[in-house]
Amino acid sequence: MNKSVPALSTKANWLTPGRVGVAVLLVIAYGIIPFAGSEYVLDAILTPFLALALAAVGLNVLTGYAGQVSLGSAAFLAVGAYAAYNFNLRFPELPFLVSLLLAGLVAAVVGLVFGLPSLRLRGFYLAVSTLAAQFFVQWALTKFGWFSNDNPSGVIDAPTLTIAGIPFAGAARRYVFSITIVLIATFLTVRLLGSQSGRNFIAVRDHEIAAKVIGVPLLRTKLLAFGVSSFLIGVAGVLWAFAYLRTVEPAGFNLDRSFQILFIIIIGGLASIRGSFLGAAFIVVFPLLLSRLGAALLGNLFDSGVLEMSQRIVIGGLIIGLLIAEPRGLIALVDRLSAKALLKLRRPERAPIQL
Amino acid sequence: MFDYQFFIEVLVGGLLSGVMYSLVAIGFVLIYKTSGVLNFAQGAMLLFAALTFVSLVERGVSFPLALLATLAIMVLLGIAVERVILRPLVNQPPITLFMATLGLSYVIEGAAQLLWGTQVHGLDLGINDTPFDIAGVFISQFDLFAAAVAGALVALFALFFRYTRTGLAFRAVADDQFAALAVGLRLPRVWAAVWTAAGIVAVVAGLLWGARLGVQFSLSLIVLKALPVLVLGGFDSIAGAIVGGLLIGAIEKLAEVYVGPFFGGGIEAWAAYVVALGFLLVRPSGLFGQKLVERA
Repeated sequence: MNKSVPALSTKANWLTPGRVGVAVLLVIAYGIIPFAGSEYVLDAILTPFLALALAAVGLNVLTGYAGQVSLGSAAFLAVGAYAAYNFNLRFPELPFLVSLLLAGLVAAVVGLVFGLPSLRLRGFYLAVSTLAAQFFVQWALTKFGWFSNDNPSGVIDAPTLTIAGIPFAGAARRYVFSITIVLIATFLTVRLLGSQSGRNFIAVRDHEIAAKVIGVPLLRTKLLAFGVSSFLIGVAGVLWAFAYLRTVEPAGFNLDRSFQILFIIIIGGLASIRGSFLGAAFIVVFPLLLSRLGAALLGNLFDSGVLEMSQRIVIGGLIIGLLIAEPRGLIALVDRLSAKALLKLRRPERAPIQL
Repeated sequence: MFDYQFFIEVLVGGLLSGVMYSLVAIGFVLIYKTSGVLNFAQGAMLLFAALTFVSLVERGVSFPLALLATLAIMVLLGIAVERVILRPLVNQPPITLFMATLGLSYVIEGAAQLLWGTQVHGLDLGINDTPFDIAGVFISQFDLFAAAVAGALVALFALFFRYTRTGLAFRAVADDQFAALAVGLRLPRVWAAVWTAAGIVAVVAGLLWGARLGVQFSLSLIVLKALPVLVLGGFDSIAGAIVGGLLIGAIEKLAEVYVGPFFGGGIEAWAAYVVALGFLLVRPSGLFGQKLVERA
């Protein structure tokens, strides 16, 4: 685990490069993409990217910041999705945003329950025990028809998103809805991580006993990490089910999905919010690129079976390669390169010192 | 009226399938003990070994030759893993290594199926699977054979650890890596040897499981069955893997038969995890796991 602390800029000058960057991104995200993006780009790339990025932010809170490895993220995605579906179905008078929040809270409660072993278990024992959440939730959703309104195979069809009477039906609107939720959730998470609680997470991750000695409440900190993480992943699950796929089944939230989210934070960078987004973008775009590349190089020889297998190999290889080359993830790579580029940009200014 | 005969039949069936779990778990323990890595790729190695063996046999290679070739390939794989993955990652935290093995499992699974195809292969080891009758309890002959193989394997490992120099090196490394390094043991070699040994265990487990379930992708998911066994038995104890396997096997079958109906069945998927978890809350280091003393 790396020891870098997410330093929030506290400069008095409010026009920092970071803030300008955020503003530019916001203009692009709201002002350009919804109008310029094609249906395909919005629906098949951006919406899943946003949902996965939020899930990765959630897992990063738990694994990257608080140091508790979880292999059961997909379970919390599923809890969020099914909880929102049921709130929406059984309390039609509830506004959807309330259902979304409640779904996140349900996921948080489930997360707290499965986080209880973390109080006694560490490392691999804990990682394995989180698998219990994965299998139990998937089983329960398939087994008990109540969760899916008695659909025989547990499939749910999400209704159209409607906020304050405005339907969010088209690809562009669903994208706007997703990005708004993701941005708010991410902003709040960043604030939390910069607070005392966030520093407690890092203290517990870096040295549990030392953290205990300096007075960090272990019980509360660990459970808070599990709760916040599951809440975020649950909300991501709502986006996944309502904004992206719109028809989901329990089998879609399998162990591979959990690993996918784990891979996002490893590839992107542990304990980095920007890394979560970078990793999610990579995981979403990379298979598409690979299939295009495969089709271009090998033509018809490259059928879907071969494609899936080579994807597995390449992703696995990339993870190993990345862990060896840069254990802190793509974001560390990007930061290093941009620091170099900045240095090059600035150097000529300083060079001519006139006497 | 409680049917004791049926109970015993379920129990014995569970214990015997538990032995099969132990076989997979031993592969994990070997690697964990000597390098502190939880090798998630053990299941993929198992799949790879079984697929290679079956594909060779289907292409007309004789049985012993195919076995030898498979063993040789697993040895090469073990050495390659040490060279390509473990060596550059030396001194990284255990969790980084775990994630690397997760990546490795993707690579091996993809490669195995790209190489040998994704269809299901039948595997016949030539063992008669007619159940026979002991005092009214039916026991599968194949299960008994598998148990015997597992027993032999464990005995072999016990002797190997006890009486060979390499075994001694294994134990030294397991005890204290730095001390082992200080007295001149070559860690990379020991790791390569351990991964090779785990590869051999994967061949044995892969063939037995393959004969039972058919050789197909789901074979690599057996890893998920072995994990609660490890949690229960402790990651670093071969004896724990055996006892844990037996316990999990028995509990799983009994739970499915006697508790399952109340939930509509299918609880096999998570019952083992819940049992292992409950147990851990009482004893965090597992049945036989090393007790860690907390230090400041």
